[in-house]
Amino acid sequence: MTAVRAIGDSVLRLDGVSLAFGGVKALNDISLDVREHEIRAIIGPNGAGKSSLLNVINGVYHPQHGTITFRGKPRHDMDTHETAALGIARTFQNIALFRGMSVLDNIMTGRNLKMKATVLEQAIWFGRARREELENRAKVEEVIDFLEIQHIRKTPVGRLPYGLQKRVELARALAAEPSLLLLDEPMAGMNVEEKQDMCRFVLDVNEQYGTTVVLIEHDMGVVMDISDRVVVLDYGRKIGDGTPDEVRNSKTVIDAYLGVPH
Amino acid sequence: MQFFFEVLIGGLLSGVMYSLVALGFVLIYKASGVFNFAQGSLVFFAALTFVGLMEHGLPFGLALLATLLAMIVLGLLIEKFVLRPLVNQPQISLFMATIGLSFLIEGLAQLLWGANVRGLDIGIQDEPLAWIADPTGINVSKFDLAAAGIAAVLVTMLALFFSRTRIGRALRAVADDHQAALAVGIPLQQIWAIVWAVAGFVALVAGLLWGARNGVQFALTFVALKALPVLILGGFDSVPGAIVGGLIIGSTEKLAEVYLGPYVGGGIEGWFPYVLALIFLLVRPEGLFGEKIIRRI
Amino acid sequence: MLYREAGQFKSTYAADSAILPIRQDRIGLALILIVAFVVVPLTASPYLFSALLIPCLILALAALGLNLLTGYAGQLSLGTAAFMAVGAFMSYNFILRVPGIPLLLAFAGGGIMAAAVGIVFGLPSLRIRGFYLAVATLAAQFFILWCLTKVGWFTNYNPSGVITAQPMVILGYAFDTPQEKYLLVLSIVTVMALAAKNMVRGNIGRQWMAIRDMDVAAEVIGIRPMRAKLLAFAVSSFYCGVAGALFAYAYLGTVEPEAYNLDLSFRILFMIIIGGVGTVLGAFLGSAFIVVLPIALSVGVAFLNDTLHLNIPSSVGSNLELMAFGGLIIFFLIVEPHGLARIWQITKEKLRLWPFPY
Repeated sequence: MTAVRAIGDSVLRLDGVSLAFGGVKALNDISLDVREHEIRAIIGPNGAGKSSLLNVINGVYHPQHGTITFRGKPRHDMDTHETAALGIARTFQNIALFRGMSVLDNIMTGRNLKMKATVLEQAIWFGRARREELENRAKVEEVIDFLEIQHIRKTPVGRLPYGLQKRVELARALAAEPSLLLLDEPMAGMNVEEKQDMCRFVLDVNEQYGTTVVLIEHDMGVVMDISDRVVVLDYGRKIGDGTPDEVRNSKTVIDAYLGVPH
Repeated sequence: MQFFFEVLIGGLLSGVMYSLVALGFVLIYKASGVFNFAQGSLVFFAALTFVGLMEHGLPFGLALLATLLAMIVLGLLIEKFVLRPLVNQPQISLFMATIGLSFLIEGLAQLLWGANVRGLDIGIQDEPLAWIADPTGINVSKFDLAAAGIAAVLVTMLALFFSRTRIGRALRAVADDHQAALAVGIPLQQIWAIVWAVAGFVALVAGLLWGARNGVQFALTFVALKALPVLILGGFDSVPGAIVGGLIIGSTEKLAEVYLGPYVGGGIEGWFPYVLALIFLLVRPEGLFGEKIIRRI
Repeated sequence: MLYREAGQFKSTYAADSAILPIRQDRIGLALILIVAFVVVPLTASPYLFSALLIPCLILALAALGLNLLTGYAGQLSLGTAAFMAVGAFMSYNFILRVPGIPLLLAFAGGGIMAAAVGIVFGLPSLRIRGFYLAVATLAAQFFILWCLTKVGWFTNYNPSGVITAQPMVILGYAFDTPQEKYLLVLSIVTVMALAAKNMVRGNIGRQWMAIRDMDVAAEVIGIRPMRAKLLAFAVSSFYCGVAGALFAYAYLGTVEPEAYNLDLSFRILFMIIIGGVGTVLGAFLGSAFIVVLPIALSVGVAFLNDTLHLNIPSSVGSNLELMAFGGLIIFFLIVEPHGLARIWQITKEKLRLWPFPY
């Protein structure tokens, strides 16, 4: 099942990106592109560098070599809050929710960049701060409806089961109305039903809002089903890039997964 | 020139005293990951108990033994009633609990023994050593030198203890990861009891030396606050770091007071070590000898 | 039965995000305000004002400032009293050197200067955290106090170092009775508490809590840690500065550095731990507790002395006070880390069900 929207031009390009931590090369000369409105999966064995790839796109790490271009503008040494302002949102492998806050507040933080009232205006409340708060609350409620989490909106996130926490994290990312969504193993640790729900949400996001999605996933069924194109990483190198079918039949990829020495 | 050396050496030696207090911190931090803000009040308690016992007629040796016993008991009580209930709480809660503990111990000490300032005599006089003073004209106090010697012995013993003995290794394992240590069968409670007992012993030595030097009074607890910059410079989990840090803080504090003080009206000693530590933190947060903290995302 | 919220539905987001969504809470607060603003001034004794109510309110304001910084933004500070001192001294200098300056403006000016100092000493928070930051704030505490003592300009070159605070006058009306001082302090504190509540439930409050809980993730959603942290230091120090000015003008009557020592910083920290870290109510509950405790202890000791004909010296009382503070901190951290505010919240939840068990 592929995306209903027409896939556009390349919106994100990595050229020769290399990232090393001391002597360990996490990414080695990676070049790939992501096209607008598509769903791009990143797969590979553990330690292949998948999370590092997302971190580099996001600005958490800065690559030592190579360039990253987003919407035509080079930006490989931007900080995370700058990439957030550009419209890139992400979720994390180990849930990065704010445990001291409720679900609603967590998702509201996702709207942070849309809220312009100064601290003084917020202290007074009546006027711009109040108006903004209510407008953004309405938008957040749309996301809450979309992800079907109305019943837990006031619950502190620390009390939620794992699957719901993942959903809340997705909601927070969506609340920012991103044009590029980076998902780091959004279905990890979920049972079949939860996975189906998550898949449905990811597809709906892509369909309804046109969001470009880059996701890391281990479940091959999910990857083959929902993604338009797939990148395969192994030991920090790209060893496959194409449609799910192309990648599924590539000998290099099969070898890497089966552990054939290479 | 010889004045400079006098100030320097005096500062180094008082730095040794700071190191002794810092040692107690490092011990507890190394073994339980707890930053024991109450270490200073433990020093105060030890000194006050010793002096109080002597006033009640106990001879030196017996008073020493009794105080040591009291410190060990105190340490065990702390471990049982304060640390154990807070085992899985965030570090900051433990830190604040030790702040509360410091108030509790200070109040208790004064309640038991009264709040008057006392002198403490441990038999070594605070007079210059003739065989150094005569040829060079530099006055080095016999007492300070003895204190430095005692501290050196203590530090060596502790360093060896941590790195060579089985218990020392168990302590380091516990400091690293409580759960993992439990999983390999290290008796957590026994270990902590040992650690607090040793820390109590170190506090006793520090208390005696400080008390003999400056008199036993409530201000002793503020001295303990000075140990914090020492720890920042030396690293929270390093025994040699506590020594080096103490030496640096002691000497720079005295030098600053003597050479910079007159320009700004004096009293620099009160804040100079902290500002120095602050600057150091900005440049090298883990201290000279501490372990670098790496955070994974 | 009294505290049922059944039937109170919120049909707009505006109603849902109100500070007190439950009607009974609103009635309760209205009653408290009536008591505070009308009943108390008419009935309380001057002693009650000067020894209990005024310091409780002023220190609650400082505790509120510290709570914003430590409870909401997660930046541990042991230098609260120093920022209060800045507020006090700068207010003094504003009134002294700017003829005819309105009193409230002078207080606000003291607060702003405290905020500026707070930003400077908050800069290290960008690189260091936890108890390392606590040590950095200790540097602020000692250095600022030394500065205020040594640099003559602050004390107007007064040889004794202790300055008498000028009388508080607004538009020709002098606030010199305890009753008047109480009402002035109450008004200022109420307004600032309301502002704090608004900030905390708004965007900046969420930014602070995000920084506290996980600053890496906060950055990823576009929050700038530097800006949020420095803002926390600034706002918190402003509150502490105004509290410091009130402390000097409405309580002590003098402006002296020794009143703002490390002990006061610890007391305010204890207030937020006992009262409830990360809540606005906690600052007030904690302040009441800490202000009342020493008085209760000395009254208790005096009572024992009278009824049992003992001769317990007053030093016992002050030592018991130290022990009580320390012991209570440990007790609360073990039993109820979220302090009295949480206990109050649990009580309210139980009241909702009362008289039914569940």
